[in-house]
Amino acid sequence: MIKIGLLHTTIRGDEKLIIEAAKKRKVRVKLIDVRTEIFNRETYKADFDVALERCISTIKGMHATRFFESLNVPVINSSVVATVCEDKFLTSLMLQKAKVPTPEFAMVFTEEQAVEAIKQLGGFPVVIKPPLGSWGRLLAKINDTDSLEAVLEHKDVLGSPHQKAFYIQKYVKKPGRDIRSYVIDGKTICAIYRNSPHWITNTARGGVATNCPVTKELASISEKAAKAIGKGILSMDIFETGDGLQINEVNHTTEFKNSEKPTGVSISGAMVKYCIRIVNRS
Amino acid sequence: MKTTCPICDAAVTLEKNTEESEIISCSECHTRLVVAQMKGAFATLEEAPKVEEDWGQ
Repeated sequence: MIKIGLLHTTIRGDEKLIIEAAKKRKVRVKLIDVRTEIFNRETYKADFDVALERCISTIKGMHATRFFESLNVPVINSSVVATVCEDKFLTSLMLQKAKVPTPEFAMVFTEEQAVEAIKQLGGFPVVIKPPLGSWGRLLAKINDTDSLEAVLEHKDVLGSPHQKAFYIQKYVKKPGRDIRSYVIDGKTICAIYRNSPHWITNTARGGVATNCPVTKELASISEKAAKAIGKGILSMDIFETGDGLQINEVNHTTEFKNSEKPTGVSISGAMVKYCIRIVNRS
Repeated sequence: MKTTCPICDAAVTLEKNTEESEIISCSECHTRLVVAQMKGAFATLEEAPKVEEDWGQ
């Protein structure tokens, strides 16, 4: 019987769904709270076939992933994929390099460069994001020079070194929603609209999930993005624009508990099946 | 399994399939709690950790 090592910090509704889905498929799950482990290659005994990284903490998840890869345990997602996804700038670079439609962006380190970069992006409004971060935290929509000066000065004085790298993205006006598609092993299995009157549509910030039909265009851009980033279990945050769909961000430890009901697709079941496939392939 | 909320002392009933490290909410004070320890018929709850800079997707 296949055993999944489920790497976690806290257990959310998402992880509960995975545990249930594994039970249904007679797959054993070993819960591994990475906060209580000692990752020492000399002493650690990995007694599972594949690791599924589901840590809410990106940094702890990445260290755990690298550790188990060093023991030749396959980890979903791999550290290569996670490295790209955890960094919005690197994600954008990979997408642009692979010619996957994505909003225009630039990285700068000073206010002077920010002013110049915003001109290159076509002017205000723009969005400034921390390269590492999620749930819409510390996103700032900048409408003019006054707010640009204020936000950058605050980041410079109060921020950690991560906050002093200014990732600037051209603001995309959304029709009261964006799309999150789920791509497993290179195939788009379902998608939701995240509906919100606010420009930040994350469900963690109150966005409401409804089913989004997987059109040819949606599947195509989602799968192109997955090809650019690497195979695994991914979700894509997608904008609908006048020029077609654009990939905004790619997630490697995606939250999905609000998506199973509206789509009618067992995302957790698809995740478990993918784990089984990886074990059978290795 | 029954235990109490560490914030408001309300009785909290845990479902059968509850796991250690699981996040739950107290139905009385709505505090986010984490199941810190489960031993036999006893469970200990703590206030859930605050959101950190590198959390989430």
